[in-house]
Amino acid sequence: MTEPVFEVEDLHVTFPTDDGLVTAVRGVSYRLRPGEVLGIVGESGSGKSVTSLAVMGLLPATARVTGSARYRGRELLGASDSELSSIRGKNVAMIFQDPMTSLNPVYSVGYQIAEAVRAHNDVSKQAAMSRAIELLDTVRIPNAAERAASYPHELSGGMRQRVVIAIAMANDPDVIIADEPTTALDVTVQAQIMQALETAKTATGAAMVLITHDLGVIAGQADRVMVMYAGKLVEAGSAEDVFYTPRMPYTLGLLGSLPRLDQKSKQLTPIVGAPPSLINMPPGCPFTPRCPLAQPVCDEIEPPLAATTSLDHLAACHFSSELVEAKPDDVFNTEVADTKALAEFVRQTEGGP
Amino acid sequence: MPEPVTPPPVSGPAAEPSTAAEPTRPAGAPPEREFTVSERSQGQLVVRRFLQHRLAVVSLIVLAALVLLAYVGGALWKYDAGEITPDNSVAPSLAHPFGTDAVGKDQFAQVLRGTQISLQIALLVALFATIFGTLWGAFAGYFRGAVDGTLMRIADLILTLPLLAVAAMLGHQFGGTWWLVALVIAGLQWAYVSRVARGVVLSLREKEFVEAARALGASDARIILRHLIPNALGSIIVNATILVAVAILLETALSFLGFGVQSPDTSLGLLVSEAQTASVTRPWLFYFPGLFIILIALTINFIGDGLRDAFDPQQTKVRA
Amino acid sequence: MSAAVEPAADVVGGAPVLSVRNLVKHFPVRSRGVLRRQIGVVHAVCDVSFDLIAGETLGLVGESGCGKTTTARVLLNLQPATGGEVHYNGTDIASLSAKQMRELRRELQIVFQDPYASLDPRLPVNEIVAEPLRIHGLYGDGGRAAVRDLLRTVGLKPEHGNRFPHEFSGGQRQRIGVARALALKPRVLVLDEPVSALDVSIQAGVLNLLEELQDELGLSYLFVSHDLSVVRHVSDRIAVMYLGRLVETGGADELFERAAHPYTQALISAIPLPDPRKERARERITVIGDVPSPVNPPSGCRFRTRCPKFAGELSESERRRCVEDQPELIVRGQGHPVACHYAAAAQLL
Repeated sequence: MTEPVFEVEDLHVTFPTDDGLVTAVRGVSYRLRPGEVLGIVGESGSGKSVTSLAVMGLLPATARVTGSARYRGRELLGASDSELSSIRGKNVAMIFQDPMTSLNPVYSVGYQIAEAVRAHNDVSKQAAMSRAIELLDTVRIPNAAERAASYPHELSGGMRQRVVIAIAMANDPDVIIADEPTTALDVTVQAQIMQALETAKTATGAAMVLITHDLGVIAGQADRVMVMYAGKLVEAGSAEDVFYTPRMPYTLGLLGSLPRLDQKSKQLTPIVGAPPSLINMPPGCPFTPRCPLAQPVCDEIEPPLAATTSLDHLAACHFSSELVEAKPDDVFNTEVADTKALAEFVRQTEGGP
Repeated sequence: MPEPVTPPPVSGPAAEPSTAAEPTRPAGAPPEREFTVSERSQGQLVVRRFLQHRLAVVSLIVLAALVLLAYVGGALWKYDAGEITPDNSVAPSLAHPFGTDAVGKDQFAQVLRGTQISLQIALLVALFATIFGTLWGAFAGYFRGAVDGTLMRIADLILTLPLLAVAAMLGHQFGGTWWLVALVIAGLQWAYVSRVARGVVLSLREKEFVEAARALGASDARIILRHLIPNALGSIIVNATILVAVAILLETALSFLGFGVQSPDTSLGLLVSEAQTASVTRPWLFYFPGLFIILIALTINFIGDGLRDAFDPQQTKVRA
Repeated sequence: MSAAVEPAADVVGGAPVLSVRNLVKHFPVRSRGVLRRQIGVVHAVCDVSFDLIAGETLGLVGESGCGKTTTARVLLNLQPATGGEVHYNGTDIASLSAKQMRELRRELQIVFQDPYASLDPRLPVNEIVAEPLRIHGLYGDGGRAAVRDLLRTVGLKPEHGNRFPHEFSGGQRQRIGVARALALKPRVLVLDEPVSALDVSIQAGVLNLLEELQDELGLSYLFVSHDLSVVRHVSDRIAVMYLGRLVETGGADELFERAAHPYTQALISAIPLPDPRKERARERITVIGDVPSPVNPPSGCRFRTRCPKFAGELSESERRRCVEDQPELIVRGQGHPVACHYAAAAQLL
């Protein structure tokens, strides 16, 4: 087995607030192998973004981060700012949901890419600029030479995100962390950006951590998938394992909740309730109140992320073995309205004015 | 570049930071997970944020003490405001904490009475100017176009009037009683309120809940009165607070110039005005009412500051 | 009203409740400064016609800025139309007085996209749901009970009625929005991106709720969304919109199995499928560049600047037709109306 380029171990992130400690991430561990794409999927508040911000030292100073994050064996947590800066951008590049957070509005995009090239390489300004234009061309920005002189506000959201990808590519990183890179964009533009990301990955040979709430994006890109819920990894495995034989009721419910473009309409299986509050969490599995399989033990003991049928497919559920061959609607209830109340309402409507 | 990584301040497992905080529950019942923090209403949040503004809280206590002193203290104090005592022109002493004036009126009683009148004027100004100005501004902001143009030009016209000159003229015509002074000041101050209200309503009217009300068939008046104004209340209350301070100062200025409250009644401004010649010989007559004016204006401004912070929707959020 | 709801799939002959003809909506673009001269026009909606049939769900789909939300707003007379007509059960809504329009609003309701912005933050939930009843003078004695029933109907606890919107999660708020829209017992609901702001697991609950309500109450839905998967799931018929114009309409399955407009095809192939093997094996049609400005839309076919067919397959003379000739939305041999001169059905899923 090859050495991982990036390794996160037992990462915990908490934020103190007026109401108590928010436990945003609880014990996340993963290894990123060279060249692979690791997808982290979860809904809002699951801690998927905080995980990557924490390892790159990008959280506000009030956050408490414990655990370990190593890039090729170098510890990042607790590293000095200058040490982190030398790794960020050069070895590990980040792409965020809103490209404007990573672009400086007062410089032209070409200048900004050239700066990124020069920050970690000793090259002349002209050489850096021609490399910048080359990069813009790689991410398929038409008329790259002309566009290099544009300022971020003159570009559309999709173009800006491509500029950010070009910056990420500038130093030939080993790891690209992409945090919801397509979320704010229209679907046709999303497809273009995913292509640009693939190009970036191929050109640099980097491994990628792809963070998104979109199961479709994960299905198309990720070699391995990790599902997060309430700050914790609840399932991990190859894309096929997770999508075809999920072993955590949450994952199964999530898949059953998705309307499918490629199938005739059939009943969805929503997960009842809402994700738990991350403040003052009680012990036990956080998914219990929404889980159709829940037993008293689930409220007492939080299940660890453990191997299921194969060693690479992990799930955090006491009853993961019950999910073998299960379909979403075997497990989840599809009814959502209070049928009695609805019937009463219908009766009134018909009798009423 | 962004902030450095914070070194982990706590060693030890951070995994179960909440066990101590776990709410007690009857045995057998599943733990509450969705709402582990007691919900706070908008009002509770505002109070909570206000209490974090220390200067505002101190100001509120000082102001409350002043109001109590003026009304309760004024009623209990051994001298009445107009009462002439046998002592004239005595310096502050136990018998007369603020001294007495040339005819022997107890200055402490006078200042308490003056504070009452000044506060009443200020509150009346704030009330009238806020109600009228809010409605004016809300209608202008809601309807926009020609209605807005006309209403706001009228408001602008009021704003261009030289305040003191007009107040002095009107005060001279109708002045004398405290509530007439208040009406005159309110008549000139509502235009400021209307501008604030218009600004807030202009941004609120684009919100989806306003469109929702329209889609339900709500009339314009209902949208303004039931949906827009209640939501603009935060900014309007802050403004009203500031208006109280402004009104106190305006009343002072008017009375000082002789166009405000007339003797035999008194106000803080009138007291200062009457004592201006005595500021060197009998400074207590001048400085005590002056001190009260400053205290009231200052505390109200700080309270306004605190309220503004409390109503500010931009609270710190946790990224997750 | 108690008559059974007809199965609406592929209904052709049903009676339209809502019928839109040649709808046009322009917004003026004004210069900055004092004069605010009009310097241009945003062509938000251009010549859009469709029927909404009783009991069916019509999906109106397109990307941001395509005019779908504006269409919904104009349809409800929340914004005046620049041209064209909207008929509700045969009545032209533009001809109604303000009072008549308020009456009509009882029949025609809307659920908004943003469950955070569409509920008045200063009112408790009971009051939000009671608001339509109060507006129309229906609250009276039974109002309290009606509100409790409504909350139960959409799956909320009536005991929570005294809470304020901010105390609820996104999905619960959207249910409150649905309860408010149902309060007047409407016939037609315009759903403007009703689940876009919600997480997947929550979204499914709201979608199922909407379906159950439709089945029980015989409602007609105009479902406006950018999410093709959701639209396919809920709709009987679908209309695809691009830059203010409808480019293709048809039955839901028909449209997905035989998409004929290059834009529809691009949309379908841009949506990633949550199925690793299928997703990786797919053939993709991608569009070029970004959506042009609706202030200055391209001549002829509005999609031609991004069209993969125009760029890759057509000859010079064929292209001229795209540039000069606005393609009409008519049936061109694919079984459903398409606005493309060179329409060809493709199986992409």
